[in-house]
Amino acid sequence: MFFKLTTTTGQPLYLQLMQQIRHAAETGALQDGDQLPGIRTLAEELVVSPNTVAKAYSELEHDGLLELRQGSGAFVCVKRRTRSLADHVQVARRRLRDLVERLREDGLLDEEIRRAFEAELLYPAETVRKQ
Amino acid sequence: MTSTPVIQTRDLTKSYGSAAAVRGLNLSVEPNCITAFLGQNGAGKSTTIKMLLGLVRPSSGEGTVLGMRITDAEENREMRRKVAYVAENKPLYWRADIASKLLNEYKLPPQRKVKSLSKGMRTKLALLLALARRPELLILDEPSEGLDPVGIEHLLQMLVALAADGVTIFFSSHQIAEVERVADHICILDNGRLLVNASLDELRQSYRRIDLVFPVPPPEREFQIVGVERIESKGHEMRVFASKNAEAVVERAHNLNAVSVEVAPVALREIFLETVKEN
Repeated sequence: MFFKLTTTTGQPLYLQLMQQIRHAAETGALQDGDQLPGIRTLAEELVVSPNTVAKAYSELEHDGLLELRQGSGAFVCVKRRTRSLADHVQVARRRLRDLVERLREDGLLDEEIRRAFEAELLYPAETVRKQ
Repeated sequence: MTSTPVIQTRDLTKSYGSAAAVRGLNLSVEPNCITAFLGQNGAGKSTTIKMLLGLVRPSSGEGTVLGMRITDAEENREMRRKVAYVAENKPLYWRADIASKLLNEYKLPPQRKVKSLSKGMRTKLALLLALARRPELLILDEPSEGLDPVGIEHLLQMLVALAADGVTIFFSSHQIAEVERVADHICILDNGRLLVNASLDELRQSYRRIDLVFPVPPPEREFQIVGVERIESKGHEMRVFASKNAEAVVERAHNLNAVSVEVAPVALREIFLETVKEN
């Protein structure tokens, strides 16, 4: 799979990697049993610290999305739960589309909407829950 | 995870006459990590590296590299067997037989004289020579200096591959864009003092720039809380740089009736410039 890591989002690279692998599994770009490159290979390909790849892989293993096998790399395990996540994403897309529509009707420009979204996403999850 | 640091210094200081090059440095470098050492020219990076290697004697303070004291001649010799160092200007001295073997192996032109090698090739060769002894720790002083983008990419790939083999890497650099990709840990030195010593992930997640707009701007002191590094005001606008605690700033802004609150991440380049400016 193709990875896109950026250093300008304020998000650690290992989290970006995790999200992209998860997303690929949800969309079916990665299928059950697919093999991902080894830590060293991927680190060299992306030119990032091997610790970044190792951390992403081990967190995904903890989440049950990857199985790490000594010496032979990382394998994707797509369970039913992952598929249902894909459904959630579908629902979320529809809700977002409605919201964006309404914000546009309120006269907000796309640029303003985008900035508002980005600002909200920068709140840590627990702050949002408190509110 | 707690592990013994590969480099550790306590109050390490170097003065030349009345001028202090390094002041009370407390450095700690974790094993199996890539640590980048940032600072302006003359910040004291090279002096620090030379003290760690025993090439320059500290004026005061102490330090260990791989558990061996940097000021003890015996331990220093022992340490240098396990540490590889690529200096800033990459002087190359080696035996002709080793050189031609390496040149062959790595597809460098074997008949060329060292002086006629390009900077990229010299860097590659200096690294290969340094690695021939299979070091535990690799220290590089400005390795990407003078390299073109392709050369830098090759260098970084080599560093990443070495890190994957378990070599701890400590390197000084001005190339913030590159550091941002490969480093696990960042140290920022300015005017001989260590100002930042943190994991890059931590810095990425905690540094925020918060732009605020107020109908009636409150006094700046309302935002002088823990983690706020700097506040700028311009008419109805206020810009707050926070190294942590951004949520508290946002909450306070809402309580003070801000009409617009924008939170943005801060790139390492900006963090570096802010840190150095503050000092």
